[in-house]
Amino acid sequence: MALPVARPGQQDPIYEGTRIPSPIPTVLEVDPAVKDTDDILTVNFGPNHPSTHGVLRLIVDLDGEVVVGVHAKVGYVHTGFEKNMEQKSWWKAITYAPRIDYERSIRIQVVFVLAIEKLLGLEVPPKATWMRMLLSELNRIHSHLVWLGTAALELGAISMFWYTFREREMVLDLSELVAGYRMHTRYFQTGGLAEDIPAGFYPECRKFVEWMPKAIADYDALLAKNEIWEDRTVGLGLLNRRDAIALGQTGPVLRASGVDWDLRRDDPYLYYDRVRLHVPVFPQGDTYDRYRVRIEEMQASVEIVDQCLDRLERLEGEPWISDDRKVVLPPREELHTSMESLIHHFKIVTEGYRVPEGEVYVAVESPRGELGCYVVSDGGARPWRVKFRAPSFAALEATATMVQGAYIADLIAIVGSLDTVMGEVDR
Amino acid sequence: MPFEGVPGLVETREAFGETALVVDPARLVEACTLLRDEHGFEMLVDIAATDYLGWGSPGVSGYIGTAQGRNLNRPMTQGLQALPAPKPKRFSLNYHLLAIQPGAPRVRVQVWLDDGEPVPSVLSVWPGADWFEREAWDLMGIPIGGHPYPERLIMDEDWEGHPLRKDYPLGGEPVRFSGEE
Repeated sequence: MALPVARPGQQDPIYEGTRIPSPIPTVLEVDPAVKDTDDILTVNFGPNHPSTHGVLRLIVDLDGEVVVGVHAKVGYVHTGFEKNMEQKSWWKAITYAPRIDYERSIRIQVVFVLAIEKLLGLEVPPKATWMRMLLSELNRIHSHLVWLGTAALELGAISMFWYTFREREMVLDLSELVAGYRMHTRYFQTGGLAEDIPAGFYPECRKFVEWMPKAIADYDALLAKNEIWEDRTVGLGLLNRRDAIALGQTGPVLRASGVDWDLRRDDPYLYYDRVRLHVPVFPQGDTYDRYRVRIEEMQASVEIVDQCLDRLERLEGEPWISDDRKVVLPPREELHTSMESLIHHFKIVTEGYRVPEGEVYVAVESPRGELGCYVVSDGGARPWRVKFRAPSFAALEATATMVQGAYIADLIAIVGSLDTVMGEVDR
Repeated sequence: MPFEGVPGLVETREAFGETALVVDPARLVEACTLLRDEHGFEMLVDIAATDYLGWGSPGVSGYIGTAQGRNLNRPMTQGLQALPAPKPKRFSLNYHLLAIQPGAPRVRVQVWLDDGEPVPSVLSVWPGADWFEREAWDLMGIPIGGHPYPERLIMDEDWEGHPLRKDYPLGGEPVRFSGEE
C-alpha cells in the first residue's frame, strides 16, 4: 500500500504544505487588506441553483472573476431523519434510511441494516449477502451515472446527460424488477432480504453487465480526450494527500488525491474479500482525476456485479433471510397453520423486536466515500440514537481548500466534482 | 491495542469488536494529538453526539408535541425488559477515528458531558472536525470551547433550542397559518 501522507522531505506531487484556510478550515476569508475595497464583489450563489445538486448556498467573494473568498451554508433540507428514526421501531426505521440520500438509497439501507445485525449478532444467509453486494454495486453505477451526467451538463457537455440517463434507466428498471420500486426501495430486511430474488432477474442483469462496459467506453470516448472537458477540469480543484486526510475526505475524492484506500478492500464487509476488486487511484488531486476514478470505478463495479451473479445463480433455492423467528417475520403460509408463527408475526409487527443494549459504528464504502452509521440501543424496540456519517458532509468541508484561486466558472466544476447530495448533508 | 498511555484515559471498553476510549474532556486535545501522532489515527471520520436524558425510563424517546404542550407518549408495550446500564452524564460525544493502515484500525474516543459543559475543540488536530463540531452544537447543544466560528450549521441562526435533544418535541412546531398561531 502506498504511503498515505507525504512525509517531510518527500515531494508531494500536487502542492507543497497545506492549503487549508486558517483559522476556520471551511471558510475562505478575503484578505483583510482588500476586504472592503471596491475590487471585491460578493455574490450569492444558490441555494436554488441547478448546479448545486440540491440546495447548497455559497457566498462567494470575487476579485474580478477570481474566487478569493467562499463561505458555504447548508441546512436547507434538514428534515430530522435521525430524530424521526428514534421514534420508530427498528423495523420501521429501515424505511427512513434510503430517503436520506435519493441517489444512493441501497447503500444507506445496507449500512443501517448491518448496524442492527451487528448489535443483534445475527447471521445472514449467503444468498442475501451476495444480493446486497450486487445491488450495492448497481447502486454505485447509478450514483456515478447521475454524477457524470449532471457534472458534464454543468460544463456544457449536454449530450452526456442523455447517454448516462439511458443507462441509469436500465439500473432503475432492474431495481423495479427486484423490489417493485425504482428508488427508495426497502428491499433489505434485518436478517436478509424482504423477498426472494424474482425469476428473470439474473438474465436481465446479465444483459446489463454485457451492455455496460461498452457504454462506459462511450462516455470515456466523449469526455476523456475532449479538449473543452480537459480545459475545464485538469489542474483545477487541487487537494493533496495530506489535506485530503486532514479534512476527512473519503471515497473518490481521496483516491483522486493519490491515497490508495477503499473500505471494500481494506476493511471488508459483506463478501468483498471474496471477489476480485480493482481500486483505481490517481495522483493529481484535481477535478479530472476525480472523473477518472469514477469512470474506472463503474467498470470495476460491473465486474463485481458479474461475479455476484455467478455466485447467486449457484444459490438458486437457498434461503434469502435468516431463520431467527424472534427477529424475522415467519413465512406467510405458516400463519394459517401455526399459532406460534402467528404470535411471532403479531409481536414483530406491532411491538417490534428488541435489540441488545450497546453502541456500534458500521462503515461501508459508498459511491461518495465512507458512509458510517452510529447506532445506540437501550435494549428496547426503538433505536436510542442513529447518526449517519455522510461522506458528502465531509466532502463539502474541502470546498474552501479546493477553490482557492479558481475562476467563478470553475467553482461549479469543482463543487460538482465532490458529488454531494444535500439530502445527506443536512439529513 | 495498547492505549494505556493516552492522556486523561478514564476507561477502555471493548464491545461488538469495537474499542472505545473514555477520555476526560479537559485532556481531550492532548489525547487526540497522541492518538494521531503515535497511533496513526490520521483521519477523524465522524463526531456523533448522543443525548441520554431519560435513559432507562421507557417512553421518553416518544415525546409528541401537541397544541397543549409536550406530552409523554404512553410507553405501551414498547417498554424495556431490563434497565440498561446507567450513564455517567447526560451527553456523550463520540469521535470515530480511522488509521489509513492495513487492517483499517478504528477507535472511538468518548467524552461525557453535562448540559452546558463545553468540550474543547479538536480543530487543531483534525481540521475536518469543523462542521462536525458545529453540528454537535447546533443539533445537540454541546458548546465547543475555542471554536473560531461557533455558529449554527444546519438550523437557522435565530433558531431556539437544539432539535436532536431528547426533550425537544417531535412535531411540536407551530404550524404557520393554522389559526392556532
